Amino acid sequence: MTRPMTHLQRLEAEAIHIMREVAATFSRPVMLYSIGKDSSVMLHLAMKAFYPAKPPFPFLHIDSNWKFREMIAFRDRMAAELGFDLIVHKNEDGVRDGVGPFTHGSNTHTHVMKTVALRQALDKHGFDAAFGGARRDEEKSRAKERVFSFRTAGHAWDPKNQRPEMWKIYNTRIAPGESIRVFPLSNWTELDIWQYILQENIPIVPLYFARKRPVVERDGMLILKDDERMELRAGEDARERMVRFRTLGCYPLTAATESDADSLEAIVAEMLVARTSERQGRMIDHDESGSMEKKKREGYF
Amino acid sequence: MDGVVRQYEVTMELDVADEIREFLAGQENKSLLRFLTCGSVDDGKSTLIGRLLYDTKLIFEDQLATLERDSRRHGTTGEDMDLALLVDGLEAEREQGITIDVAYRFFATPKRKFIVADTPGHEQYTRNMATGASTADLAIVLVDARKGVLRQTRRHTYIASLLGIRHVVLAVNKFDLAGYDRAVFDRIAEEYNSIAGALGFDTVVAIPISARHGDNVIMPSSNTPWYDGPTILGHLETVPVGDRLAEAPLRFPVQYVNRPNLDFRGYCGTVASGTLAVGDKIVVAKSGKGSKLVRIVTSDGDLDRASAGQSVTVLLEDELDISRGDMLVAPDSRPNVADQFEANLVWFDEHALLPGRSYILRTETDQTPATVTALKYKVDVNTFAKEAAKHLELNETGVANLSTQAPIAFDAYADNRVTGAFVLIDRLTNATVGAGMITHPLWRASNVHWQALDVEKTARAGQKHQRPAVLWFTGLSGSGKSTIANLLEKSLYAEGLHTYILDGDNVRHGLNRDLGFTEDDRVENIRRVGEVARLMVDAGLIVLVSFISPFRAERRMAREMVDDGEFVEIFVDTPFEECARRDPKGLYAKALRGEIRNFTGVDSPYEAPERADIHLQTPGRTPEEIADEILNWLKERDYC
Repeated sequence: MTRPMTHLQRLEAEAIHIMREVAATFSRPVMLYSIGKDSSVMLHLAMKAFYPAKPPFPFLHIDSNWKFREMIAFRDRMAAELGFDLIVHKNEDGVRDGVGPFTHGSNTHTHVMKTVALRQALDKHGFDAAFGGARRDEEKSRAKERVFSFRTAGHAWDPKNQRPEMWKIYNTRIAPGESIRVFPLSNWTELDIWQYILQENIPIVPLYFARKRPVVERDGMLILKDDERMELRAGEDARERMVRFRTLGCYPLTAATESDADSLEAIVAEMLVARTSERQGRMIDHDESGSMEKKKREGYF
Repeated sequence: MDGVVRQYEVTMELDVADEIREFLAGQENKSLLRFLTCGSVDDGKSTLIGRLLYDTKLIFEDQLATLERDSRRHGTTGEDMDLALLVDGLEAEREQGITIDVAYRFFATPKRKFIVADTPGHEQYTRNMATGASTADLAIVLVDARKGVLRQTRRHTYIASLLGIRHVVLAVNKFDLAGYDRAVFDRIAEEYNSIAGALGFDTVVAIPISARHGDNVIMPSSNTPWYDGPTILGHLETVPVGDRLAEAPLRFPVQYVNRPNLDFRGYCGTVASGTLAVGDKIVVAKSGKGSKLVRIVTSDGDLDRASAGQSVTVLLEDELDISRGDMLVAPDSRPNVADQFEANLVWFDEHALLPGRSYILRTETDQTPATVTALKYKVDVNTFAKEAAKHLELNETGVANLSTQAPIAFDAYADNRVTGAFVLIDRLTNATVGAGMITHPLWRASNVHWQALDVEKTARAGQKHQRPAVLWFTGLSGSGKSTIANLLEKSLYAEGLHTYILDGDNVRHGLNRDLGFTEDDRVENIRRVGEVARLMVDAGLIVLVSFISPFRAERRMAREMVDDGEFVEIFVDTPFEECARRDPKGLYAKALRGEIRNFTGVDSPYEAPERADIHLQTPGRTPEEIADEILNWLKERDYC
């Protein structure tokens, strides 16, 4: 008699099953690698799913040009250590036009440097399936998304007309130009992610751990002054505070939280008593109610 | 002094770390219950889930603030917070105050972890309810205490039973609005038991609740002193979730073959049922070939054994020809391998299921074209009565015989929810149009063996010095198909070739005289002609088929009946206006006056070929020119 599987074993088995399904049925899959904790878990699972082989697909990072410097360094270190095939794509039009969150606002910046950039990269390489690390517990419109989520040739999501997804039988059939977004972590919660990182000893960007960092308080959010492109307004100054990040994105759009949690255990302890959800630190979700659904329909992950 | 304090702090931190690890270990070993909420629209499904999340303290402050803001804007509860808005995530859902698609939510109590699928009540979204039900262990069926059991209550209860859910809870909701009246509860519970009793659930439990006020959801309510059963959460925490698949015979569907180098050939998959152990003898279900399991590989080291639910990579002693879609099974307890079986079907698509039409049938890892050979009956969701039916419409369920192009390995769904299930996919749109639960194999296929004949197709064709083929003419009525086919046959005959013409009108006088012009009859019409054409190709002939054949799916079916290169699709492309102007048989005039129904191009669609082998635009050209064009095309490709 074998022991029943633990909760994380069940989640791991499901994610591995999903990844193998994609490798077996698509001709040109790619895994989105955003460098955050969910991506780190996804990368770890991909290394497991195809062991002893390497994952049979490349990893794509959409570089919005405004990521934390520590994220980029971490990305390059992981690619070198694990030897996976890394593709970095920037929207060069946006870089040329100087698009950024300070000058253009979060909406335009996200659209040009992330959504459009992603579509460019998918089209350029002809990827027919793209893994994303989104979880259903993150946000309400994500709670509605299938594991295999169909996209039209224009990368659009039609939330009112999703394919029924019965059992673990995934419909992977698409016409030329169409694609599928695949979410192997759909059923994971934030707690599961941290617990798995702890259990498997998965490396993550140090920004998740509390440390003294120079932050500026702006519009009620603590923003890390990561480089010279952030100009201080009158009355603002960058002060050293003990902070960490619960989620990572573009540094001007990602708020730090004051915290002393400098170990994984402390992070989990902090999370267990947390009274705000992790996406609160993400400004792009708060532009308007339903804004995540809108971005997703346009092709955002 | 300072040192002592620091020492103390370090110990504290270590204790916290230990505590956290201990807490997480506790989380790890909790059992998991997957359930769904279903029932009619407005019965409060989303509100109940919102209540469970809210009362188990899973709502964060920022989500509460958003909820208060949204409640003012979209809420349907006046001054109170509208808990349903926690779950209805799509813009359209919040605006219309309804649920459109399944939302998955996660919560945990000290006893168990839960994944809940909140499914829509509207009949048009039944497929989304089935999606949620396919992976659930338990269903909470809600009814409004003021309305009692409705059509959707019955439908959802029936679908829950079809999909193999073992436990149902009848939540009699909005009980506050029914005055917490015991007689109301008893009446509804009794009516429901008479329905659910016949469907073979393990447990059926009725609970009076108010999701909005929290009565009997988490805490027993003082408003229902006469009720001594469990609360919703109390029941969810204690209902048994034994995994029957762990005890079932070994089924390992091969999902992916991992070949990093010549020395390693690993078969990857998730154990569907039973246990694999190193040293076990296994057989490949379809081929019947046997081998021995030598390694179970994972990146965390090799395992001695692996059970249902585990995703592993296995190595066998012998080099067998095994690929995705094969299944490794226990030699002494094998699944069925057949190309004909009976199944329960649920239909999801606006286009009805047509017997005879070819769909892609997909199991967890296998796929093959399949057709429904006989729709035995459909089931009325109100009375569960069996009714004769010619097709299955959107949201209908029924029982059918299916035939697959290649045999598949399967178990009865009642025995194994993983290996007894399949979906049907439309071959043109790739939409998931239906789901099936297999009941049992049909043995016709194995008893009627194909008679092997000594003289083969190539011999017969060689005797005639020709290459057999089907020249399939498709186009609107009056487009010129028969005229062109007739001219072409004359030319081929003149070259000394052996030919035959199957003409739509002529065949309908004999072989197909029992068929009309409804969509299903048109499908059967083409199936029979395709089969006749196939026999003639086998006889070594060049067959000219002149049929309107309006649907892509059937033309593709006819193409697949013969070997590659034997089917030439010829699109006689004459615009509708031109065909109606020519109207050689006076049919367009009648159809446009409404005297004939289901006339292609008028009130029945024509799906033009997307990639015909020969595309003929006829306006301004004579039939002779066109027939010559086809002849040249055939000569260039060595057909004649």
